[in-house]
Amino acid sequence: MLKTTTSGVPVNAVYDERDRGGAIEACGEFPYTRGIHPGMYRTRLWTMRQFSGFATPEETNRRYHYLLAQGQTGLSIAFDLPTLMGYDADSPMSEGEVGKCGAAISSLQDMEILLRGIPLGAVSVSMTINSPASVLWAMYLAVAERQGVDWSELSGTLQNDILKEYIAQKEYIYPPRPSMRLVTDTIEFGARHTPKFNPVSISGYHIREAGSTAVQEIAFTLRDGVEYVEWALKRGLAVDEFAPRLSFFFNAHNDFFEEIAKFRAARKLWATLMRERFGAEDERSLKLRFHAQTAGCSLTWQQPYNNVARTSLQAMAAVLGGCQSLHTNSLDEAYALPGEHAVTIALRTQQVLAYESGVTAVPDPFGGSYFLERMTSDSEECAREYIRRIDGMGGMIPAIEASFPQREIAEASYAYQRAIESGEKAIVGVNAHRSDERPIEILRIDRSAGEHQVRKLETLRARRGGQQVERALTALKRGAEGTDNTMPLILDAVRAYATIGEICDAMREVFGSYTEAALV
Amino acid sequence: MLVAKPGLDGHDRGAKVIARALRDAGMEVIYTGLRQTPEMIVNAALQEDVQVIGLSILSGAHNAIVPRVMALLREREMTDVKVVVGGIIPDEDAVALKRDGVAAVFQPGAPLEEIVAFVRGAVE
Repeated sequence: MLKTTTSGVPVNAVYDERDRGGAIEACGEFPYTRGIHPGMYRTRLWTMRQFSGFATPEETNRRYHYLLAQGQTGLSIAFDLPTLMGYDADSPMSEGEVGKCGAAISSLQDMEILLRGIPLGAVSVSMTINSPASVLWAMYLAVAERQGVDWSELSGTLQNDILKEYIAQKEYIYPPRPSMRLVTDTIEFGARHTPKFNPVSISGYHIREAGSTAVQEIAFTLRDGVEYVEWALKRGLAVDEFAPRLSFFFNAHNDFFEEIAKFRAARKLWATLMRERFGAEDERSLKLRFHAQTAGCSLTWQQPYNNVARTSLQAMAAVLGGCQSLHTNSLDEAYALPGEHAVTIALRTQQVLAYESGVTAVPDPFGGSYFLERMTSDSEECAREYIRRIDGMGGMIPAIEASFPQREIAEASYAYQRAIESGEKAIVGVNAHRSDERPIEILRIDRSAGEHQVRKLETLRARRGGQQVERALTALKRGAEGTDNTMPLILDAVRAYATIGEICDAMREVFGSYTEAALV
Repeated sequence: MLVAKPGLDGHDRGAKVIARALRDAGMEVIYTGLRQTPEMIVNAALQEDVQVIGLSILSGAHNAIVPRVMALLREREMTDVKVVVGGIIPDEDAVALKRDGVAAVFQPGAPLEEIVAFVRGAVE
């Protein structure tokens, strides 16, 4: 019987010396296939960073303090859909969505509450925000100012990867080119003012969640990375000025070896691309640093406790693949945002891996395995081929406009679903080994979160200096029409307590909105 | 059949897979694309003269969105159009939606075959 990986790649029965390829360089050496540091977790553990946010900033702030008290070492902010789409909590577009998928943040006031009591000079903060990323980043920078923390001390990551939004997650506001200008503004601003902060987290996670294969995940993500580099170079930055702060975010899916090979291949490919294509010399520009999250789409609604086992295996693949930080999903996430008990088990899973399993003792323990080295070089070669095809289309933006990555992903996800339907792929509890189980308790966000946010906004609008807000928004519009960096203008608007909706509307007026072709 | 993505949720993997499976099963399927308001969905259903509307919602906003679609259908005397909902819908919400006239709710893991069979039954 033909065996295949989760992505449908055939797997032989036996691998041998011929599969291993040439000599294998050491960990911490170019092209970093085996890891970006010589000692990996012997020297420094990965950051345990649970993505978290729900309902109001007040409630999310309490969850952050809880997670830090449980030994979590970094924060990762989840925003709700209105925030992700640049709408205020009181916009008609936000009806029913406020606080549902993350914390609702409409203004600097909400960000101040969200980060209350969190020492930003000491705790790194990751923000999952894309189209309005510069607005939320400005709010975070303004909170740091108020805490008296110098921007040069801030560490963390802004997701700010707009290309994968058009490709996969679909939370875009403006058309691709003005969006890329905004991303480039943040890269340039970061290179000047926040040397320890990653302005972009180039993300394959969502591409995979949308149904891509492992190879498509790294190919589209690295080609997105190439696009950001090209735009920043066009802006006049030198590659080694900004590339050391580019970071990545990948999915850790079910297929243990395929995933480890994927992470290794991505590192090798990025290092080679940066050196050969862009002439990067700073070793930090060549090293692909990544955050990993276990696969949300692999979680099952049926027999949800099995998700703890899935997540453990996926997390182990991420660690053996050399991630720098990790989020482990909670067992209840096929139903809702995680409850406190479930998220604690997810964090404990990482702690068991880190402190009990022994996998941290040796960097890249699978290095040299016939099978794994073969999978790594095959993944790399297939991803290279995709990158060549996208280069041939004139880059990622024309490829997106031609729906190329979108179609490739839709094909893969349909093939995957059909394999489940036919029973060719077994999903325990769903199409195999079914049984009834007692329902689990889930976190429910009721209407009160939305009502609370709307009331706060009403008070804020009445209290703030209206003229100052108007002036800042007019200046932002003028700046957006020109070519100046928008970050200082957005910072001014945020400091005047202009809301996310007002700021994004000002830019919508200048840039327009984007609608994709509805393809099936 | 009209497959629609209401609300701000951009997760269209499920909607696209379902649309394709129904098309492969020989049905005529129109996909609205993302971020459709209930008004836009009901208008499209009227213009395209569909027999079934499928709503895919994964954001948790179903309790706000689905009842508005149902109310609009009643207002426009389109109650012969069957509505099915798919996505992350907790059991108790599924019960409430059905009470409001939703013909079926498909939760994660529902087999395509079952969904196709239901829609086929609804249009015959």
